[in-house]
Amino acid sequence: MNDMMHSLDIAAIRREFPILSQKIRGKDLVFLDSAASAQKPRAVIQAMVGAMETQYANIHRGLHWMSERTTEAYELTRDAAARLLNARDRSEIVFVRNTTEAINLVAHSYGRAIMKPGQAVVISAMEHHSNIVPWQMLRDSHGIELRVAPISDAGELDMAAFEALFADGRVGLVAITHMSNVLGSYTPVERIAAIAHAHGAKVFFDGSQAVVHRRVDVQAIGADFYCFTGHKLYGPTGIGVLWGRRELLDAMPPWMGGGDMISSVSYEHSTWADVPHKFEAGTPAIIEGIGLCAAIEFVEAIGYPAIAAHEAALTEHALAKLSAIEGITLIGRAQDRGGVVAFTLDRAHAHDVATLLDRQGIAVRAGQHCAEPLMRRLGLDSTARASFGIYTTREEIDALADTLGRIREFFA
Amino acid sequence: MFEDVRDLYNAAILERGRRPRHMTKLAAFDATAKGDNPMCGDRVQVWLRYAPDGSIAATGFDARGCEISKASADLMVEAVQGRTKDATKAMFERFRAMAQGGECPACAAFEPLKPLAAVHAYPSRVKCATLPWHALLAALEGAGNATSEA
Repeated sequence: MNDMMHSLDIAAIRREFPILSQKIRGKDLVFLDSAASAQKPRAVIQAMVGAMETQYANIHRGLHWMSERTTEAYELTRDAAARLLNARDRSEIVFVRNTTEAINLVAHSYGRAIMKPGQAVVISAMEHHSNIVPWQMLRDSHGIELRVAPISDAGELDMAAFEALFADGRVGLVAITHMSNVLGSYTPVERIAAIAHAHGAKVFFDGSQAVVHRRVDVQAIGADFYCFTGHKLYGPTGIGVLWGRRELLDAMPPWMGGGDMISSVSYEHSTWADVPHKFEAGTPAIIEGIGLCAAIEFVEAIGYPAIAAHEAALTEHALAKLSAIEGITLIGRAQDRGGVVAFTLDRAHAHDVATLLDRQGIAVRAGQHCAEPLMRRLGLDSTARASFGIYTTREEIDALADTLGRIREFFA
Repeated sequence: MFEDVRDLYNAAILERGRRPRHMTKLAAFDATAKGDNPMCGDRVQVWLRYAPDGSIAATGFDARGCEISKASADLMVEAVQGRTKDATKAMFERFRAMAQGGECPACAAFEPLKPLAAVHAYPSRVKCATLPWHALLAALEGAGNATSEA
């Protein structure tokens, strides 16, 4: 296993993903939609099934063998997540359902309790809806201003315009993607954090896409909050991670009340558990949490240098192949980009492109990618998007390019 | 390579999607509504003019979307011509049943819409075909806006 990982034998990695041997309408599956949700390796599937078959019980409360074993397995995921992000302490890892919940948690708790009406939140013009709407809700309920940092036509954050947003000293929080799910652009997180901190603001990075493709060190980049979701990182749905600096999490009130998050309860008064548990009300996604641990270990075993090199080569290959096809327009030309390539075809709408690709077994996403304001900024109604994972091959990209050429002929 | 999609992407659909005959805003109209499919980005606007008896005298549309939604809008214009509001609503129900299930019971008056019958085999595309109808019905009801939830 380890030898395989170090040499990055893609065929061997693909054998770890049972679903990749599926035929779609008699054709080999070419799965190019990992940015929406990635496929699951056998290790993740077996960890979840194994937990349910051998040691399942509720956690953090049972005094019996099953509960102790399950609690231990679930809490190992907190260690794995802390290691993955290089958190200072495991107590800084809060389990949530997904990135959306992580952002809502911060908007609700930090936004309403720590931020003051009249302060501003800065997002960027290339955010997923999940990093727009919670801040709009905060704006409308709490008198927080929402500011949008513009992007260049190439799809990079306009850093001069970004910094100018701080001029009046009212920005309290920056909430920005680490990697765009449409453009593939990475954002310069270290510079963003440095600028925000120089103006007394905190920074929150949405790592949904980035953590899949490159090593994230929350301390090195100077983040205050960071979040990612399990299902894009080859793990299960229903489990994600919010990381926050301990002193910030300590100062924040819970956002949901219930079991598991309390220290003591009476009808007159309840007190909260310490972080992270005060943010984890109710029985969590136990099996999914155990599956996430296996996913993190799977990624760690391959290693980010190998993952990043593989995906950079794939992306370069895809950009070269697709740009050689007449009528294809690539969306986004950021210098620093990850394995997401959005495009339009002159003769066919993205939905028609996706349907015809699907009939050849090729899965891509088409539409607005949950980023309607970004699509408006780009002057587009929809795009098709191919996105890559650790199991993606050059041959799959060649199949995409070849089929796109034929689709263009079909709509001639 | 794409012979297996010819059921949906047939000659009539490709022709209507490419060169819609009724994709125009009416200069004078009695009602209009927009249809929006926020998940995929398709947008359509429909304009209606009524005859003195309340039936549909003229329909025009503008669409930004895929071949299926544009072709559906174009065919819809011809299918509802001269129909009353109630008859149009009944036709939509039959069209929706066909789009979802593929069957077209009692379809004699329904000929213009048959090129879309195969859309039922493409579940993610049914909303593309029904979006213009949602906009049309919203215009008939004076609602202004509609979304496509198949």
